[in-house]
Amino acid sequence: MSEHIVSPKVYAVIFLALMAGTGVTVWAAFQNFGQLNIVIALAIATIKATLVVLYFMHARYSPKRTQLVIVCSIFWLAIMLALTLSDYTTRTQRESRLASPAIFYRA
Amino acid sequence: MSNTPPTPDNELPDRHYLNATYGSGLRTWLLTTDHKRIALLYLCTVTVFFFIGGVFATMIRIHLLTPGGTLVSPETYNKLFTMHGVAMIFFFLIPSIPAVLGNFLIPMMIGAKDLAFPKINLLSWYIYVIGGCFVLYSFGTGGLDTGWTFYTPLSSVYSNSAVTPAVIGIFINGFSSILTGLNFIVTIHTMRAPGMTWFRLPLFVWAHYATSMVMILGTPVVAITLLLAGLERMFHLGFFNPALGGDPILFQHLFWFYSHPAVYIMVLPAMGVVSEIIPTFARKPIFGYSFIAGSSIAIAVIGFLVWAHHMFVTGQSTYAALTFSFLSYLVAIPSAVKVFNWTSTLYKGSISWDPPMIYALGFIGLFVIGGLTGLFLACLGLDIHVHDTYFVVAHFHYIMVGGAVMGYVGGLHFWWPKITGRLYPEALARAAAVVLFIGFNLTFFPQFILGYLGMPRRYHTYPPEFQVLNVLSSAGASILALGYLLPMIYFAWSMRYGKVAGPNPWPATGLEWKTASPPPTENFEVTPEVTWEPYDYNNRPDLGLSAGAPSPAPAHGDD
Amino acid sequence: MHRTGELYGHFETLEQQKESATLGMWIFLVTEVLFFGGLFMTYTINRRAFSTAFGIGSNTLDITLGAGNTVVLIMSSLTMAMAVWSAQVGKKKLVSVFLIATLALGTVFLGVKAIEYKQKYDHHLIPGHGFDMRYRSAHPTASDDLNELAREKKEVETAIKSDPDINYHGQLYFSLYFGMTGLHALHMIVGAGLLIWLIKGSFAGRYTPQYNTPVEIVGLYWHFVDIVWIYLFPLLYLIDRHH
Repeated sequence: MSEHIVSPKVYAVIFLALMAGTGVTVWAAFQNFGQLNIVIALAIATIKATLVVLYFMHARYSPKRTQLVIVCSIFWLAIMLALTLSDYTTRTQRESRLASPAIFYRA
Repeated sequence: MSNTPPTPDNELPDRHYLNATYGSGLRTWLLTTDHKRIALLYLCTVTVFFFIGGVFATMIRIHLLTPGGTLVSPETYNKLFTMHGVAMIFFFLIPSIPAVLGNFLIPMMIGAKDLAFPKINLLSWYIYVIGGCFVLYSFGTGGLDTGWTFYTPLSSVYSNSAVTPAVIGIFINGFSSILTGLNFIVTIHTMRAPGMTWFRLPLFVWAHYATSMVMILGTPVVAITLLLAGLERMFHLGFFNPALGGDPILFQHLFWFYSHPAVYIMVLPAMGVVSEIIPTFARKPIFGYSFIAGSSIAIAVIGFLVWAHHMFVTGQSTYAALTFSFLSYLVAIPSAVKVFNWTSTLYKGSISWDPPMIYALGFIGLFVIGGLTGLFLACLGLDIHVHDTYFVVAHFHYIMVGGAVMGYVGGLHFWWPKITGRLYPEALARAAAVVLFIGFNLTFFPQFILGYLGMPRRYHTYPPEFQVLNVLSSAGASILALGYLLPMIYFAWSMRYGKVAGPNPWPATGLEWKTASPPPTENFEVTPEVTWEPYDYNNRPDLGLSAGAPSPAPAHGDD
Repeated sequence: MHRTGELYGHFETLEQQKESATLGMWIFLVTEVLFFGGLFMTYTINRRAFSTAFGIGSNTLDITLGAGNTVVLIMSSLTMAMAVWSAQVGKKKLVSVFLIATLALGTVFLGVKAIEYKQKYDHHLIPGHGFDMRYRSAHPTASDDLNELAREKKEVETAIKSDPDINYHGQLYFSLYFGMTGLHALHMIVGAGLLIWLIKGSFAGRYTPQYNTPVEIVGLYWHFVDIVWIYLFPLLYLIDRHH
């Protein structure tokens, strides 16, 4: 069958990259980058996930249709996150009062 | 080599999928992997749930005959509308056309022997039944009073009804939907016959592809949401309970992320049915094939961007409300494209008033009304006035009943001869279609007025000045019920006594009409090779439909 | 029952069958992305609202175990990919070796998770009746580092000043912790079951260069479960670690 067989060498390189990424993530968590901490963590996680998808899951060598399916799943997840956050991040002070649980139990 | 076996037209073929002898009795049905038999299994079970939902609807309309509301207590009334919604939406509307007509027809329409995963197809029916059992258990042990929307914290904390089994049942049923959608997408990609390119596919197939996209992308979200709500109820967690720091609006965002696209799961297949019926009974190729195909995909995509129009008054930010209102106007555009294309198909066509055509034409009219009133609701200022009133109830019933159910019943009428090999009495069927149309409008049009005048939905009582309209609506419901019962009766009658249909009674183009009625188990003795365009009503001398030829009189079931 | 090289009746060619199976698994994974996605959405909204409580909650997790588990799972993805490669090049014995290695690593992961869950139980961090974020620092055991506990106690007390309802919000964090890692673990258990089925088949020599689809598609599933963990680790374990 005409399929591209990925060589173990490639797998080994990707594996090392993933190990490095894990190390960097842990190291970065202990540094104070302020607001950027979460951005860095998510960025590294996304790079690692991309490597797994492209090489371990053979997406790089898969038909365009498979690549479209992968892109769609990310896009739809992004729709859910972005449009829901568009509500929460644009609330004014008046709209975003979160009641303290304690008020429900006052005598 | 023809796939239509040389059977005389007044006899059913010797072997077909219904009498296929690979075993006998119940086991061959309950363990079948034939997509056509699975479609009939679904037909039985969705009809059961249709009845159940219908019984609740009947009780609601009888209760609302008087302002005092003397049939049931207020708590029971809450249970009636909730269970009506749950049964109808999750167990009838969502599966109906895809699982019955889609399962039966898609392999035949693309020239395949079966779906890509026949065993998964059977599994999805069993999953549906198991989910249904949980929900029936919930109905039987205290019912459900949260509204089909399960808003928290009522559903997750305070309700005393059987929420947990219902939520489990709907969660399980979601996987039935997901597996059906998965099966359809893979089938349409990989199982098309040689020559069946994407743009030769029937629009019914395009519609189901778009529907399957929605099933795949949306259903998992409502699954996890209901799971979280159920866990909250069982273990007193706090995701959606303000008393524990949770957020009810988050539940609504997650719930409607699926439940709005769900309405497109209900209506896109019906639009696919209409796209098949209109060219057949206008004897013309469909106008704007690629636009109808593309608009199905557009509706599926844009439909995912509009969900918070269900939440305009519940506490989201103004800017989000504006965004969702704007996007909701956008989603009307591809729907309108379809309506224009269907009416353009009718223009200068040779219209014949067969029962499927009456349902399809009814769909167009009622869908336009339902769709336009949707635009009213998408307008922020107007929605504040009519939200949670009968205006909304009328709007969605126009689309779901006037649209989706008419599409379903019309599709059953169109393909009944293929499914059973029999015709039904045509005059009676036409009358039933008209009865349905009249009953439907009498039931739901007064509700637009009631809503605009301010009658709230989900209330067991109303001010006395609304009684006349409520009585009209209930009267209409009784006529609507007759409109549903009549086809059940003559369909059942036709299976024994109906005139034999032959392979192509209407006649229609499309690969499914090239097989015998009922078709053999493997659909095609020889894999067809497609060299023609779809809806080639201008160029089918074998059906008496070459350009300039007078259209043949369609088969009459009661001659 | 289907056996190597045999077509299911409704397919025309083996190629069509393989194409369908692979596309089917990818589409199933799309549904899993959206399924977990709902949980990630819930996490996002709650973390925005209660960042203090989430920070405290996250600091109670053991980074060594978490990072260790991440390494274990990525290794299992490597061995899974190698199992597919072995089948593709016809090294049938290696297929079994790599599948067993994947299963073993997965089991290690689940074992560590069980240890972590037990720790949470001991520290009264299971959402519900006995939940108390101050419990651990108020009840030192013999194996605890007293300095670390004192630091933790101070952290919790500072947090309470800015968020008096830290026990409620902390419960939200832990509900999400158990919900997300629990759902992930459930997927791993299913994956383990699939691996056992594959191992049985590999002992029978079923997977060849002509027919290795089951290994490939279980591999896709396994890698997906790995990807979920790649996101769970920083989001649950690494919040506010730089204090």
